[in-house]
Amino acid sequence: MENQNLILAIETSCDETAAAVIRNGNEIVSNVVSSQIASQTRFGGVVPEIASRHHVEKITLVIEKALKDANLDPEELDAVAVTEGPGLVGALLIGINAAKAFAFAHGLPIIGVHHIAGHIYANALVQSMEFPLLALVVSGGHTELVLMKEHGHFEVIGETRDDAAGEAYDKVARVLNLPYPGGPHIDRLAHEASEGVVFPRAWLEDSYDFSFSGLKSAVINFKHNMEQRGEKIIPEQVAKGFQDSVVEVLTTKTVRAAKEFQVKQVIAAGGVSANKGLRTSLEQAFAKEEIPFYVPPLNLCTDNAAMIGAAAASMYNASVRGNLSMNGNPGMELKSWSKE
Amino acid sequence: MIWLGIDTSNTPLSVAITKNGQTLVEIVQNVKLTHSVTAMPVIEELLAKVNMKPNDIDAIAVSEGPGSYTGIRIGVTIAKTLAWTLNKPLVGVSSLKVIASNANLFNGLVCSLFDARRQNVYAGVYRGIHMEPVIEDHHCTIVDLLTNLKELKEPVLFVGQDVTIFEEVIKEHLGEKALFAPKTLQLPRATKLIELAAEKPFQSMDEVQAFVPKYHRLAQAEAEWMKEQKKE
Ligand SMILES: [Zn+2]
Repeated sequence: MENQNLILAIETSCDETAAAVIRNGNEIVSNVVSSQIASQTRFGGVVPEIASRHHVEKITLVIEKALKDANLDPEELDAVAVTEGPGLVGALLIGINAAKAFAFAHGLPIIGVHHIAGHIYANALVQSMEFPLLALVVSGGHTELVLMKEHGHFEVIGETRDDAAGEAYDKVARVLNLPYPGGPHIDRLAHEASEGVVFPRAWLEDSYDFSFSGLKSAVINFKHNMEQRGEKIIPEQVAKGFQDSVVEVLTTKTVRAAKEFQVKQVIAAGGVSANKGLRTSLEQAFAKEEIPFYVPPLNLCTDNAAMIGAAAASMYNASVRGNLSMNGNPGMELKSWSKE
Repeated sequence: MIWLGIDTSNTPLSVAITKNGQTLVEIVQNVKLTHSVTAMPVIEELLAKVNMKPNDIDAIAVSEGPGSYTGIRIGVTIAKTLAWTLNKPLVGVSSLKVIASNANLFNGLVCSLFDARRQNVYAGVYRGIHMEPVIEDHHCTIVDLLTNLKELKEPVLFVGQDVTIFEEVIKEHLGEKALFAPKTLQLPRATKLIELAAEKPFQSMDEVQAFVPKYHRLAQAEAEWMKEQKKE
C-alpha cells in the first residue's frame, strides 16, 4: 500500500493565502485560508500587486496556524508542497519562496504542485477516486475537462478558447452592476427569475472545448439595445438567461465526455462548481445516466491548500520532488506524474 | 554571533555569512536571473561552503526595499520565513542605505538612488561612517531630488547602478558638487547589509511575522483608488 505521510501544503496562486497539513493524501489535519476578498472588493477584481503585498504580510502567520492547528512540529513532516503554477506570478512567488525557505530550514523535500491538479484532488479528501475519472474544472481562471486513467495521469480533453467560465460570470456581473466577486450574485438572481432572456450557446461542434466570450458580448449587446429603446433590463432575467446558457453547455459536454470515455466517476472542481445552478444541473444529468458524480464541499472548491497537499501526496508516493531553484510558473501545463 | 544577510532588491543578488563581524563568505552576482531561481540555492551553497546548518545562524539581515517590488518580496519572504521557523531575530535595512554604505568612508553626503521609471527615483541621502540619514528614503522625481540636494550646498557622492541613467541631469543641476562612485561600489553587498543590521535592535517574533517590505510607493491601483476617493 501507499506510504503513510504528512505534508505541509502552501497555496498563494491568486488572492487567498493558504496553508494546510494533509495526512496520507486523504485526511485534512489542518486547513487555513486567509482571504483578501474584503480588500480586493474596492478594486472590482484581483489586483496582482495588491495580492502579492498581502501574501508577504500573511504567509508565515498562515503556515504557523496550520502547524499549530495540526499540533505538529516541522520535524514530524515528510514534505512541503506548494502551488508552482498556474496563477499570478508575483503571488505564486511568495508561497514558493516561503515553502523553499521552510523546507531548507528543516531539511524537507519540496514538491511543486499544479493548481488544477490540486482542484481535482480536492475530491480525494472526500472520497476515494475511481478511474477512469472525468473532472470538470471551472473557476475564475479555468474551464477544463480533464480525463484521468489513474492517479497522477491527466489528459485535458477540452478547455476554454477565450474566457474562463468564472471570468464570464465576473464580467456579466459588472454589466449588471453587481459587486465583486459576481458569480454568487448572478447565481442568486438567476434563481429569482422564472423566465430567462434567451442567449446563444457556443457548442463548437464536436469539440470538448468551450467559449464564453460570445455569450458575454450577447449580454452586453442585449443591455445596450434595451437602453437604446429606453427600456429597462430585468437583472434577474438576464442573470438566468446567462447562467442557463453556461450551465447547459457545461453539463451537455461533460455528460457526452463521461459517456464517450466510459468513466466510473465524474467530479466538478474549482470555485464555480460551488454555483448552485451548475451543481443541480450536473447532479440531475448524472443521476439520469447513473454515473457517480461528486462536488467537494464549498471550502474545498474555492482555492485552498488542503487540495494542494492531497495532490502532493500522490506525487510524493510517485517520488516526484522539486528543488530549491523552483520558480513561479504562471502558464504551467498540467502534466502527468504517473509512470505510464 | 553568526549573521546571514540577503539582498535581492534589484537585479544584483548578494548573500553573505559573517561571524563576529568578520566575513566568512559573500557572493555578489550581477546577472539578469530571477531571484526566485537563484536566491535559495545560493543560500544553501554558502552555508555548505562554511560547513554550517541553517540552525547555526544567529540572526538574519535583509534589504527591505525600496527596489523592484518582486525582488524585495522574494528576499523578505525568504528572510522572514527562515527567521520565524528557526526562531531567530530578523533585521531589515533600507536597500538604498546598503549601497550608500559602500561609500561610508567618504567624508560628505552620499546619495544612493534607484531608477523608478518616467524620470522618477527612489533615493536616500546619508552621511558618515554610520550612515546617518540626511534625507530619508523616498520616491520623487529626479529633478526634485536634485533641487533638494542643491540646497544643501555640499559635495554629493552618487552611488548605485542606476546613477549612470541620470548622470547628465545630475551634472546639470549640481555641477562640480556632483561626484560619482566607481562601478565596483555600485552593487549591494550583503556584508555591508549585515554591518548596518548589527547596529539596529532585534525585532520581536510578532514583528518578524508582520514584517513587510518598505515599498515607498502605493500599488498603482491603490493610488488611483485614493485619487477617486478624494474627488468624491
Ligand atoms: Zn483555483
